[in-house]
Amino acid sequence: MRPQARNWLLLAPAGAWFLFMLVLPLVVVLVFSFGERGPAGGYVPAFTLEQYLNLPARWTAFKNTLTLAPVGTMLALLIAYPLAYFLAVRANPKWRMMLLILVIVPFWTSILIRSYAWIFILGGRGIPSLLAMVGLENVRLINTPFAVLTGIIYGYLPLMVFPIYVSLERLDKRLLEASADLGSPPWRSFMQVTLPLSIPGVATGCMLVFILLMGEFLIPAMLGGGKVFFVGNALVDLFLQSRNWAYGSAVAVALVAIMLLTVSLYMRFVRRFSDARDDVSLM
Amino acid sequence: MRQTKQNPGQLNSMGYAPIPGSIAEFRGATKLFGEVVAADHIDLAIFKGEFLSFLGPSGCGKTTALRMLAGFETPSRGDVLIDGDRVNDMPPHRRPVNMVFQHYALFPHLNVFDNIAYGLRQRRPRPGASEIATKVERTLETVRLPGYGKRRIWEMSGGQQQRVALARALVNEPKLLLLDEPMAALDRKLRREMQIELQTLQRQLGITFVLVTHDQEEALSMSDRICLMRGGRIVQIGSPRSLYDEPASRYVADFVGKSNFFEGRLSGRSAGIGSVETRSGMLLSGRTVGDFAEGQTVAVSIRPEQCLLSQSEPGEAAAGATRIKVRIRNRIFLGEHTEYLVESGGMGEFLVHVSRQADAMSGAFEAGEEAWASWPREAAIVLENDATSEPPKKGNEHVEEK
Ligand SMILES: Nc1ncnc2c1ncn2[C@@H]1O[C@H](COP(=O)(O)OP(=O)(O)OP(=O)(O)O)[C@@H](O)[C@H]1O
Ligand SMILES: [Mg+2]
Repeated sequence: MRPQARNWLLLAPAGAWFLFMLVLPLVVVLVFSFGERGPAGGYVPAFTLEQYLNLPARWTAFKNTLTLAPVGTMLALLIAYPLAYFLAVRANPKWRMMLLILVIVPFWTSILIRSYAWIFILGGRGIPSLLAMVGLENVRLINTPFAVLTGIIYGYLPLMVFPIYVSLERLDKRLLEASADLGSPPWRSFMQVTLPLSIPGVATGCMLVFILLMGEFLIPAMLGGGKVFFVGNALVDLFLQSRNWAYGSAVAVALVAIMLLTVSLYMRFVRRFSDARDDVSLM
Repeated sequence: MRQTKQNPGQLNSMGYAPIPGSIAEFRGATKLFGEVVAADHIDLAIFKGEFLSFLGPSGCGKTTALRMLAGFETPSRGDVLIDGDRVNDMPPHRRPVNMVFQHYALFPHLNVFDNIAYGLRQRRPRPGASEIATKVERTLETVRLPGYGKRRIWEMSGGQQQRVALARALVNEPKLLLLDEPMAALDRKLRREMQIELQTLQRQLGITFVLVTHDQEEALSMSDRICLMRGGRIVQIGSPRSLYDEPASRYVADFVGKSNFFEGRLSGRSAGIGSVETRSGMLLSGRTVGDFAEGQTVAVSIRPEQCLLSQSEPGEAAAGATRIKVRIRNRIFLGEHTEYLVESGGMGEFLVHVSRQADAMSGAFEAGEEAWASWPREAAIVLENDATSEPPKKGNEHVEEK
């Protein structure tokens, strides 16, 4: 077989999947977004910009997504980095595998069940009742941005920990010795060697978490209780409840456009930072 | 020649009396890794401006000794002194020494310039940008890489990376430059070039170099002094010449250069000359090195290039010269000389190196031919017959039995 043909064969399954599950649906959504809502819901072919002009009606969903997704990503990073550092650098190699498994153990239970647990913990009979005992009355946690962020960090932490762990684990420890030998105290070696060399892992982790958060709907639905909702929740509402497919499609197109824009800006930013490395991996 | 055993000088403020002229010292320095004794009671003074090599087989503790100087290992017992101060507990970043790492350990996220400037930028107060640039450029010239500052590390060849690593250490003007097998990753020709460059550089800059190597040729050609190690201990310290010509034991003679060994019993000795009776009853005589009891098993060492081969029996030579009839077993052309493997009834097989000139004059010998091998008495050295292959775990006192 010619190498060319073999390459195509290797790509065929993924290509077919990509075409039927991603490209075609996107085209359908794009077409729908210029249509109109039928009298009993659904879609009526048309060509109008009406749906797009109507987008500001869902401003809150976009605002929540565009604030809580980046903030959640940053908070997850701040918590994940020290954890990954400990696992990769400080932990006894004998226990490392064990500790890594502990990081993913929560994933063995459905996110739905775990979210119910958080509803209970943050709900009236959870933490607020404990706070009431020490005199802090009427603290509301559930159905607030705080609750949603808590759920986000809890759910997405492993996704952030792993890429960072991998890049830290791969780091050549002799570079730190070289740094010390050249007169750099440990904390400065961290800033000048460890941190820059772990940027690819950080970039990968942030990207993964951010993209998934932009499409998130379960956590805000469970812990935001209709008060803190994402674009994902708006889509569920538009497609399944009010059956306004045309408007839902326009919202979906807007979300995809925003995602493409932010991600490409972010990639450019990260590349500027880490073009020093030949093996930068942004996935 | 400098001696290692010197009278300690004045006590310094910390109560240590550094050996005059020394820049660093090991004092009974021992390093244990669990059960493994990586360095065993090392006593050594390193003098200002000298080129010292740690030489020895793999695992003998060379790197450990170097890392104790750099500060990456703390001695389990004993002391390490730099510039007269006990530095056992001084972290690496405070020590006035720099190291060239075995695989260079260059920073992949920094370009050549920033790699070299790294050490200068750690100084407090931090030198100005122009001062740093001047020093880096000058060092790049010293290692013959002018204008390479903007290059990425992975755009440099192995030999160039080696120079960058050297420059990164040299730019700090350390009191002591430590090199851990810096040339191990280079091919033979490049290694030879770098050896010469390194040696020239050391003379030029006057910085004390401490080199770790397991390549005896490298140690012989570059060092002022060689410190030969075995199983964590120092076996012999001295100039390359003294290690080669006056080895302290069979182990040294075997590790430094090639040599033939004939085992036997010391049957008599007088005025630095020992007579040795080999197992087959042959009598050999040679210089004695060390103190031996009569009857003790010893080894007589004869360097292959100190043997002569001739077609006819050599005439009456100086007293004590050895002449034996041999049969040529094998001949290998090695460029600068020809190596003959010869066999004699009484002494078994041994090697003779014949220079090209001598080979041309006497005519090359063919395998199977008979010839005479001879050597002057001074060429034979009677040595302690210590084990040659693996270092013994405890002590050096055991005698090889074949
Ligand atoms: N960090 C460590 N932990 C445990 N054992 C060690 C450690 N470092 C060195 N050793 C042991 O100490 C001994 C000396 O090691 P060292 O690295 O000094 O040898 P070396 O002479 O440099 O050998 P090579 O030529 O192979 O580099 C070896 O037996 C080695 O296994
Ligand atoms: Mg070593």
